[in-house]
Amino acid sequence: MRKKNQTTFEGSRVDPIIDKYNAEQGSLISILQDIQAEYRYLPREALEHVARRLNIPVVQAFGVATFFRAFTLEPRGRQLIHVCMGTACHVRGSQNVLEEVERKLEIKAGGTTPDGEYTLETVNCVGACALGPVVIRNEEYLSHMTPTKVSGLLKKV
Amino acid sequence: MSEKNRSRGEMVTFMLNGARVQADPGSSLLEAIRFYGLDIPTLCYDEGLTPYGACRLCVVEVGSGKREKLVASCVHPVREGLEVRTHSNRVLKTRKMILELLIARCPGSKKLQDMASELELKEIKFRPLNDDCILCGLCVRMCEEQMAARAIGFAGRGRDRYITTPFDMTSEECRKCGACMYICPACELRCQGTGAETVLCSGCINTEPVCASRYDDAMCFMVPCLSCVRTPEDVK
Repeated sequence: MRKKNQTTFEGSRVDPIIDKYNAEQGSLISILQDIQAEYRYLPREALEHVARRLNIPVVQAFGVATFFRAFTLEPRGRQLIHVCMGTACHVRGSQNVLEEVERKLEIKAGGTTPDGEYTLETVNCVGACALGPVVIRNEEYLSHMTPTKVSGLLKKV
Repeated sequence: MSEKNRSRGEMVTFMLNGARVQADPGSSLLEAIRFYGLDIPTLCYDEGLTPYGACRLCVVEVGSGKREKLVASCVHPVREGLEVRTHSNRVLKTRKMILELLIARCPGSKKLQDMASELELKEIKFRPLNDDCILCGLCVRMCEEQMAARAIGFAGRGRDRYITTPFDMTSEECRKCGACMYICPACELRCQGTGAETVLCSGCINTEPVCASRYDDAMCFMVPCLSCVRTPEDVK
């Protein structure tokens, strides 16, 4: 059934990831996470390749990839900015923080800058409510953000 | 299936609307209830497919006292000593509410509108969405289990969940057999006669009374018939 050599998509980068999990169907999410870490998004061909190797329907891989916010089918920027819009952050003014980032990067939430440097996304709570408003830049948690702090932050990078 | 075969022979006994009945262990409540001839409406159930428990129309009440709860009978196994009520006030009320929500989502479906007549639903209190899918998953299971194509599935989550092919593009696995459309309860459009714009169909030009399926050969001569019992004032 499985055609191992039928790699359409840079098998060299995807295949080792799949092999790491012994091509187990139950490891689909872990595999997708690793691919996402590798490419910063889930390329269509990679998903199709994973489905073929794991012997699952492509639509199942697609369903998982669209179910979780952590996965994206669109290429993301090199730097990932998450602005927390949870209740605690919201009452402390995360809306203003988000608007400032949007103005600064000239993109809307969910978008990527044309040069592929930044991707801006919102999250609904990261469990650090006491530190709100929270902004996460490349997995670095930045607390008590204000519009002024945010603009300084983006200038430096 | 294998479990079903293994335990065949020994029957489990449970109470169905106060009557002591027996059923095959391993069968679902819905199968057992239907075996005894009781009418339970369903939308996401099909005998040839794995039960899914999505539409919730098959709700029944099990247990008694504080343990009393509503369960989807299509995915609830029969158990020794279970107390089941299929048409209690709470069940009927819940069932109507579920159908009301489904119709508000999908007012263009003939099957839903017919069911509304059958359950004597008089009013839809929700804003209609005019969607064309109730996410019952019948087409997904049909495609996978009967057609072995696995070309369609669910994507997204929560309110953004929808049924699609991979990457929303024409799927290579799809043989265009049409089984998904055949089994879909929402595809068939309701009559486009007078009142086609209303959320709840008035059933005015139904050629066949909706009760006909219940009384196989006999035609209903009650005036007014159930399918025409609604007056324009009822339909909002």
